[in-house]
Amino acid sequence: MPLSSRHLLGLQSVPKEDIQLILDTAHTFREILERPIKKVPTLQGKTIVNLFYESSTRTRISFELAEKRLSADTVNFSISESSVSKGETFKDTMRNIEAMKVDMVVARHGAAGVPLFLTNICDANIINAGDGIHEHPTQALLDMYSIRQKLGKLEGLKVCIVGDVAHSRVALSNIFGLITMGAKVSVCGPSTMIPRYIQKLGVEVIHNIDEAIQENNVLNVLRIQLERKAKEYFPSIREYAKYFGITQERLDKNGKDILLLHPGPINRGVELSSEVADGSNQIILYQVTNGVAVRMAVLYLLGTLN
Amino acid sequence: MKVALKNVNLIHPEQKIDEKNVSILLTDGIISKISKLSKEDLDGAKELDLENKYVVPGFFDMHVHLREPGREDKETVETGCNSAANGGFTAVACMPNTEPAIDSAEVVNFIKEKASAHLVDVYPVGAATLNREGEVIAPMAELYEAGVVGFSDDGIAVKSASVLRRALEYASMYNVPIIEHCEDESLAGGAMNEGVNSTMLGLPPVPAVSEDIIVGRDILMAEYTGGKIHIAHISTATAVEMVRQAKKKNLPVTAEVTPHHFTLIDDAAKSYDANTKMSPPLRTRKDVDAMLEGLKDGTIDVIASDHAPHAIEEKEAEFQYAPNGIVGLETEVALTLSELYHKKILTLEQVIEKLSINPRKICNIPVPKFEVGESANFTILDLNLVWTVDIKEFKSKSKNSPFDKRLLTGKSVGVINKRKLFYYDEMISI
Repeated sequence: MPLSSRHLLGLQSVPKEDIQLILDTAHTFREILERPIKKVPTLQGKTIVNLFYESSTRTRISFELAEKRLSADTVNFSISESSVSKGETFKDTMRNIEAMKVDMVVARHGAAGVPLFLTNICDANIINAGDGIHEHPTQALLDMYSIRQKLGKLEGLKVCIVGDVAHSRVALSNIFGLITMGAKVSVCGPSTMIPRYIQKLGVEVIHNIDEAIQENNVLNVLRIQLERKAKEYFPSIREYAKYFGITQERLDKNGKDILLLHPGPINRGVELSSEVADGSNQIILYQVTNGVAVRMAVLYLLGTLN
Repeated sequence: MKVALKNVNLIHPEQKIDEKNVSILLTDGIISKISKLSKEDLDGAKELDLENKYVVPGFFDMHVHLREPGREDKETVETGCNSAANGGFTAVACMPNTEPAIDSAEVVNFIKEKASAHLVDVYPVGAATLNREGEVIAPMAELYEAGVVGFSDDGIAVKSASVLRRALEYASMYNVPIIEHCEDESLAGGAMNEGVNSTMLGLPPVPAVSEDIIVGRDILMAEYTGGKIHIAHISTATAVEMVRQAKKKNLPVTAEVTPHHFTLIDDAAKSYDANTKMSPPLRTRKDVDAMLEGLKDGTIDVIASDHAPHAIEEKEAEFQYAPNGIVGLETEVALTLSELYHKKILTLEQVIEKLSINPRKICNIPVPKFEVGESANFTILDLNLVWTVDIKEFKSKSKNSPFDKRLLTGKSVGVINKRKLFYYDEMISI
């Protein structure tokens, strides 16, 4: 059964069957990653452009590895948004790239909605690698895959997303995906970092991190983006770490085996203490490995659709 | 030249005129007869059969951006006037956020000169503060003498309460309004209305309260100074209620609404089409209902377009980076007729008040009269014409509209002013 869409723009309207298919397919690719020769000829002859308007070394490398392991030809196009604003428009750039006959575009951009915009101006399959503070679907898929592998299921699990939910594309994609898969989703963070109408998406809001630890099976801890405006939303890093940072002491006190995810890169001593970041609850590097497999699955399923 | 407008329905709410099937004779642009026309009257006259059409006092849009001087690639005084005439307006007031801003008599004169030969009267609005920077009030006396009909820092509100106080006090010497774009800068800066849609779309939000705060401040300041405040493009339910209360206290506060704010809601942004991006942003159903109620009960005095032409490449961009606003002049009358008149929110008399009479009163401009000896300043309406908006047919230099391909009922088919007749796409001197 193929995917119901030829693009992956976000998880908002992706049906359960599609998510299931991506996660199952990722599992077969996960096995390939354990082989001595980690390459299959599946996308031979396909050209994929990694269009990155925001620097993101990790996501780009993860996609690039996934593409290479599927034997696709890949081109990296990294450009800062500021240099684009002079002269050529985004649309012009895309038309140029499309004229070179590419099959798929993996797009990362600082503005929400760019992947949808791309589907209107070019014929390639579009994969959203993060658009503004909107969605980052492959991150949520790899999070869900990692949770499913560790806990055996998604349905009925209680998952809390912790941190700057208001400025996180990871949060929104996780919320949409997890709810579709039958998990119970909550968010936890300072009220300034929780969007005003988030409850309408069917999530619970918690402002106490201890409560979040006690009541959930999984915490997906977001990175506090210290380099961005996030700083305006809380008084100090010290206060954030004290009231929302996850420490070993907090985990011990609330005494249970909670699964900790983090999309990386982590701020040690802010959202996670170093002890926790290296501890037994976290699966941060496991997520990174799974990321390649999940992206292979998405590329494979979209690339062989036509 | 003689022009005979035959078989018209003539409506003028202020003069209490509501006549069916009369004829009007114009001689050199002056009304020379209103009644049955004799053979002699018609001799040598250009005859227009306006059966089932309505002749009403020429419409005046008190909030447009003509972009000249400075951004002639988007619009010029001439193309803006063509757009106005095509949309059914005989007059516009143009906002001062040009480059340079309208903060000197020279710029006022420049714009008036550019418009002098056109059918459409152009009344510049002066900047409230020098270069619209909110620091020092503009030379209001000089601007008033040069012909401005109000003052505004449109695009933003007058920055501080203290400067607004001075601006209101100074402007009140000339009985002209301060026209306020009500938005608290510290709360604004987003791309769409704050709500569940902004969260789901990942777009930076503008909360409704950013408008309400400034509306509240401005009403208090109008009460304090006695100066006239006109709230531009009102868009929130709370702001409408505040204006309603201010009017109950007989404060010198008036308000306008745009057709897009009484027609569309923030759902429209789901397409990420930058033609649905405006400031203030499209709001919620509850807010639209409040606009309709405010129009109905008279809280909202005026319908104005906030005509904001932008180049194609600026709007075909990432939503959050695209500029705000839409081409408004050419869909305004038709949207008003479709959404308000035909849906029985407003009577035709109320439509005429909000598009012709009230804005002129606010700006101290004489309302055109239907009397022998008066200059003909008319808008000609076909209330039941069903047509489809086609941006390619806009006379504006820009085409940024969310209403392309929309089916509308009712349209202006012609305008007459300054001895010129624009009728079914043809401009002739009379």
